[in-house]
Amino acid sequence: MKEILSGNEAIARGAYEAGCLVASAYPGTPSTEILENVINYKEINASWAPNEKVALEVAIGASFGGARALSCMKHVGVNVAADPLFTASYTGVKGGLVLIAADDPEMHSSQNEQDSRNYAKFAKVPMLEPADSAECKEFTKLAFELSEQFDTPVMLRSCTRISHGKSVVELGERVTGLPTPKLVKDAPKLVMLPGNARVRHPLVEERTLKLSDYGSSAAINRMELHSSEIGVICAGVTYQYVREALPDASVLKLGMVWPLPHALIREFAAKVKQLFVVEELDPFIEDQVKAMGIACQGKELTTLCGELSPGRIQAAFAKAGIIKVAASEVIAAEPVPPRPPNMCPGCPHRGVFYQLNRANAYVTGDIGCYTLGFMPPLNAMDTCVCMGASISMGSGMVRALPPEEQKRVVAVIGDSTFLHTGINSLMEMAWNKAPATVIILDNRITAMTGRQENPASGFTLAGEETSEVNIPELCRVLGIKHVRVVDPYDLDATRLAIEEEMNRPEPSVIITNRPCCLIKGAGRFEKGKILEVDQGKCTGCKACLRIGCPAIEWKPNPDGNKGKAFIDPQLCTGCTVCQQLCKFNAIGGRK
Amino acid sequence: MDTTITNILLVGVGGQGILLASEILSEAFMLAGFDVKKSEIHGMSQRGGSVVSHVRFGKEVFSPVVPEGQGDILFGFELLETYRYLSLLKPGATVVANDYKIAPPSILLGQAVYPQALPEKIKAKFPDFLLVDGQGLALKAGDVRAANTVMLGAVSKRLQIADGVWQQALEKMVPKKALEINLKAFEFGRGL
Ligand SMILES: Cc1ncc(C[n+]2csc(CCOP(=O)(O)OP(=O)(O)O)c2C)c(N)n1
Ligand code: SF4
Ligand code: SF4
Repeated sequence: MKEILSGNEAIARGAYEAGCLVASAYPGTPSTEILENVINYKEINASWAPNEKVALEVAIGASFGGARALSCMKHVGVNVAADPLFTASYTGVKGGLVLIAADDPEMHSSQNEQDSRNYAKFAKVPMLEPADSAECKEFTKLAFELSEQFDTPVMLRSCTRISHGKSVVELGERVTGLPTPKLVKDAPKLVMLPGNARVRHPLVEERTLKLSDYGSSAAINRMELHSSEIGVICAGVTYQYVREALPDASVLKLGMVWPLPHALIREFAAKVKQLFVVEELDPFIEDQVKAMGIACQGKELTTLCGELSPGRIQAAFAKAGIIKVAASEVIAAEPVPPRPPNMCPGCPHRGVFYQLNRANAYVTGDIGCYTLGFMPPLNAMDTCVCMGASISMGSGMVRALPPEEQKRVVAVIGDSTFLHTGINSLMEMAWNKAPATVIILDNRITAMTGRQENPASGFTLAGEETSEVNIPELCRVLGIKHVRVVDPYDLDATRLAIEEEMNRPEPSVIITNRPCCLIKGAGRFEKGKILEVDQGKCTGCKACLRIGCPAIEWKPNPDGNKGKAFIDPQLCTGCTVCQQLCKFNAIGGRK
Repeated sequence: MDTTITNILLVGVGGQGILLASEILSEAFMLAGFDVKKSEIHGMSQRGGSVVSHVRFGKEVFSPVVPEGQGDILFGFELLETYRYLSLLKPGATVVANDYKIAPPSILLGQAVYPQALPEKIKAKFPDFLLVDGQGLALKAGDVRAANTVMLGAVSKRLQIADGVWQQALEKMVPKKALEINLKAFEFGRGL
């Protein structure tokens, strides 16, 4: 049967067909939907982990227990999971172990565009890279097989265009007859103390050589010979761009991007007059081909930054005089006002940033929907580096500052981010008595990536009720003496809490308690009374516009007088934040 | 081999249901026997940002992304966004746009105004332009939320695909309880 699947759906399907039994991940664009699809296959025990290191370790444990196991994350997640990854490379596996890393060239939804292929080389584990959804499924299955055959974790690299692109996939059956998981004592392989690890390392190096040989004859690496003038080595979505941009070129399409199939590359290079490597981000393949002593061009033509596309590849080859392209006519439209993302109407984060701005706080921020608090008109986030960094950076910053500046430092972090890597940071801050203020924006969900449950939300990935982390108690246990919970829809209470805790020369935590407006269900978000602006009372002072709620629109007055604010009843959720800002009592319940 | 590829772009504002519309389109092309690729960026775009979805079909499609200046059909769910992405089209392309406005932040805050006379400006650049009262016709079909399906109906006339295929695709992709209204909305669009 044929279906149109996204790359992420196809990876999930591949794991299912491969007989995978355990899957663990932490959400992150563009990888999130893999696990959200895996959970639909009842045969697989799939769950969210609090962070990527935990997710990979859950999968490693399942593999050591004899099951085929999957872990998925976005590219920066691999940084968090790097510690277990590098040593799992030495131990190898029992059941097949596959790690999906989803890159985000162009940073559509990320803080950097690191190239995960470097991790495969660095950790010395093979990496496959599919070029469409059909390959996502096939390569995932193959990854499990190779993992067992070569006794290694296998990485599969996706990217935004592959994970979120859709194409046609032929579905298959789930494999049967895999060994039943069971406990096996095997300390020389699984206990990585120096004595054992020293024995394992040479095996890893041998494995790499064997995998390179395998790659030279395996079907996933293939030559498509056309003209002998130009030969291009490429992989993943870039292969699709190359086929479209350079239809006459011969292509060596790599399905395994590490280790490289040296023999096959030499064979291909000998068949073409000019050899090119076209790849997004780093010159990963190019550097290795050059190190083999083979002349080729790569980053001389294409950029190190951002995505490629057929157009960008054609332009690069035309600029270098390698191909000719007919100039195409582009009909330009005049620039129009941009449309950046914004927090939803009634988002519980909004009032907090409004008050942080007024309190002249210097906000060490973190990653989540609340990062949008840096944008106008709120303008209340000053740093954002990586998940969990808000608290530790705030803790470090106060140490550098004179006392009058110390007060201003407020770390702001979401609930999922706090549980991901913020806990250690708060422990540090309490332990070392750093007098910063922390605000945990507990909206009871991992909102940014599309509302995934987290350890404090009370539900599992499968939607089952479960234990909930008590965040205020957790902060106290970590050693914070001043912990208070505040309603972020109450602007005065929020301001008071922020001012008092900023002035306190001790570590302190404020926790907000309103859910994300997009989570429905009992005990979660409920709409309030929809508000409207009394056009008779509105003086056009624009005070309510300062929170940037998308439900409030400024309507200029056509006859040149002051305009008025207007609330879109379809969008308003009745959070009352704007009402509290109006000094003229112009905002009230809709009649 | 016939290498013709038809490039469709669906543009609008996050939360307008563009993903579902492009999924129904892709499904229809697959059912009609074509190779299909689709691509879009979601993530930050969920929060009311600008969204572009690419759908390409033909005998064999390589890139999931429509090359710059190669769009054949632009399917606009919001006027300003329709205008913003005209440069993705090739000269003579078809534009089908919903007559619907959503103000972006700078306009909400009174720092900019919504550009005037966009339909006229679009028509001047792309004469094959159809302005659709998506919301109005959807309401007539029974639910304003079926506006996207009205648009699909309007676009369907520009594509050589059998009637039955569209119906099949809608049946597969639209929740059962909303199907009847959506089929009606589709017909209204197709009748334009
Ligand atoms: C290491 C890493 N993993 C995952 C992500 C993707 N990501 C960005 S923010 C976020 C979670 C945000 O949730 P929360 O802190 O609860 O804030 P909210 O969006 O709910 O306001 C995730 C998973 C990332 N940027 N870095
Ligand atoms: S999804 Fe939830 S947390 Fe994110 S902006 Fe909307 S209301 Fe706020
Ligand atoms: S009450 Fe005011 S701030 Fe809250 S959602 Fe409605 S318009 Fe926006």
